[in-house]
Amino acid sequence: MMTQYVHQPAFMTGDEFLIETFSLLNPDGELYPGGEEPSLTREHARRLYQAMLATRILDERMMAAQRQGRLSFYMQCTGEEAAVVGAAAALDDADMIMAQYREQGALMYRGFSIDEFMNQLFGNELDYGKGRQMPIHYGSRKLHYMTISSPLATQIPQATGYAYGQKLAGEGHCTLTFFGEGAASEGDFHAALNMASVHQVPVIFFCRNNGYAISTPSTEQFAADGIAPRAFGYHMHVIRVDGNDALAVYEATRQARKIAVEQNQPVLIEAMSYRLAAHSSSDDPSGYRAKSEEEAWRVKDPLLRMQRWLAKKDWWSDEEEAAQQESLRREVLETMKRAEKRPPPPLESLISDVYADVTPALQHQLDQLKRHIRRYPDAYPRGAKSLDLTLSSATDTQREA
Amino acid sequence: MATMNMLQAINNALDIAMAEDEKVICFGEDVGIFGGVFRATSHLQEKYGKARCFNTPLVEQGIIGFANGLAAQGSVPVAEIQFADYIFPAFDQIVNETAKFRYRSGDLFNVGGLTIRTPYGGGISVGLYHSQSPEAYFTHTPGLKVVVPRNPYQAKGLLLAAIRDPDPVLFLEPKRLYRAAVGEVPDEDYQLPIGEAEVIKEGTDITLVGWGAQMEVISKAAELAEEQGIACEVIDLRSLLPWDVDTVAESVFKTGRMIVSHEAPLTGGFAGEIAATIQERCFLYLESPITRVTGLDTPFPLVLEKEYLPDHLKIFEAIRESVNF
Repeated sequence: MMTQYVHQPAFMTGDEFLIETFSLLNPDGELYPGGEEPSLTREHARRLYQAMLATRILDERMMAAQRQGRLSFYMQCTGEEAAVVGAAAALDDADMIMAQYREQGALMYRGFSIDEFMNQLFGNELDYGKGRQMPIHYGSRKLHYMTISSPLATQIPQATGYAYGQKLAGEGHCTLTFFGEGAASEGDFHAALNMASVHQVPVIFFCRNNGYAISTPSTEQFAADGIAPRAFGYHMHVIRVDGNDALAVYEATRQARKIAVEQNQPVLIEAMSYRLAAHSSSDDPSGYRAKSEEEAWRVKDPLLRMQRWLAKKDWWSDEEEAAQQESLRREVLETMKRAEKRPPPPLESLISDVYADVTPALQHQLDQLKRHIRRYPDAYPRGAKSLDLTLSSATDTQREA
Repeated sequence: MATMNMLQAINNALDIAMAEDEKVICFGEDVGIFGGVFRATSHLQEKYGKARCFNTPLVEQGIIGFANGLAAQGSVPVAEIQFADYIFPAFDQIVNETAKFRYRSGDLFNVGGLTIRTPYGGGISVGLYHSQSPEAYFTHTPGLKVVVPRNPYQAKGLLLAAIRDPDPVLFLEPKRLYRAAVGEVPDEDYQLPIGEAEVIKEGTDITLVGWGAQMEVISKAAELAEEQGIACEVIDLRSLLPWDVDTVAESVFKTGRMIVSHEAPLTGGFAGEIAATIQERCFLYLESPITRVTGLDTPFPLVLEKEYLPDHLKIFEAIRESVNF
């Protein structure tokens, strides 16, 4: 600590510092004067955009499916695709991503198939999570994407720990953790940033400042100028970026990764965006925000901006856009039909993975449960099916449920 | 064989684990150069370097959050929470994260490498916030293992087993015994089984069950009872989650009587779980009601600690009442 004495009291608020917002593309997809295009290949830029587009379409279709009653719950990434996919595209594919819950775009970018998304959403026998978590709690070991956990901000100090392990392993990898501006109010956020800075950990803290934590606007979440100034308190590198500008997010994250991996220093990124959709399928924003506000952000749609930039470079065309949209919609519908028909995970999955090995006490509980289900198969159609029991009623009770 | 106190045995176990596997990493408040406020991690930083044994900022939720991530990455963290009384800021990370990591991911990810060490329990006149026994909060959490050693030999063998166990373990260390318990401890590497109770004294009249520092108190009560001609069977549970129902039930089939004793408050304490399970298993063999001898349903006191604690005399009285029921 550097102590410099003065002899008159002087208070500060932080207003002495102005944190600017890094942006490269205007809403028409044109480079701002003074901005430099990141060195993205055609292939890389297309992969980035296609993941954004696929995320948008998956979200639209699955929200519709939820409204039709085919799915219990859903959450959209809509409006934040540039922030999420732009960040993922700047990482090495073997870097760990520890997300909050609204970052399916990053998983899409990494190559999670529509089938894999669907299996999780429907919690069927092929779901990696064995039907244990609500829809959108994806995870993939092979794609280095940590399984989502509902409690907010718990993943942030975990990312610090994970990245500390990566540093010790010395393989040049880092961890990026996503969270919202609301989750940044949790104690875990402070713990994570402080520990990362003290222990010089290669972790990128990526805040999606989308304006709302369910219904609570960011103005009621914090009094300061967003999340970014908090980095000063931890002596951490920080950048604020236009979260609807995929190129700016990509470039900011690419440079953040360099700092993280080459200097073993954490970086905080605050991406300014807007949650165009509701918080979740259980939420209705009309009760807490104006349509006009949403419209103002709709014209800043991150997909349009990226698409226009690609088109100007002749890397994407209207025809490709139309064809891609159509084939994605078809794929989503077909895979959805497959996924919802698949059987649920077997009854045994109730007790597996609590521990590495099933304990005798748990086996005893499952045996008791099986005896009970055999007595009342109609009351437990999924369990009965798993035990190959015949239901007395002709109705498909599972569909009824 | 060497003579060690419990802290030396724990330090020795950590030393062996760190020497054997470079993925073992010890951290917590003051555990670095200072070696922890009780010195359980003495000299580990000198031997294994600052990257593998270090101080953390003063933030329990951060320590366990960090430890969860580190374990998920494949390292073997041994995180220290300075006092069990201060584990509660980390409760969310332990209950919602540590315990559910494997289950919720369908075994894609796990934090099985994690061991959380923390001193618990009273008897050293330090009042509300340096004396609690919070085991029952954690035994109610599937996915965790909860282990408590009673002496230096047990501490070393159980801690080595906990560190190498494929599941996350909460290792509760009876701080009253840190220096008070001294015994023979093999120099070499050994493990004691997690999930198995130990009958430390055989007897035919009544079964006395406990764990950790309470074993010393229970043994003293058993000696008093012995003088009255009552043969007590004394069982150290060692693991509370999972716990060894068979060993306890076998004993109660033989004795027909049981007392469970712990320092934690009565209501909702782990003794209730043992009593309920054993009455189910041994109902027709019971000669008297299963009794619990525990702390009172109060916060942990200071000046009246002796009155609060379930000491050997309270257990002795309960033995007499049970035998004369």
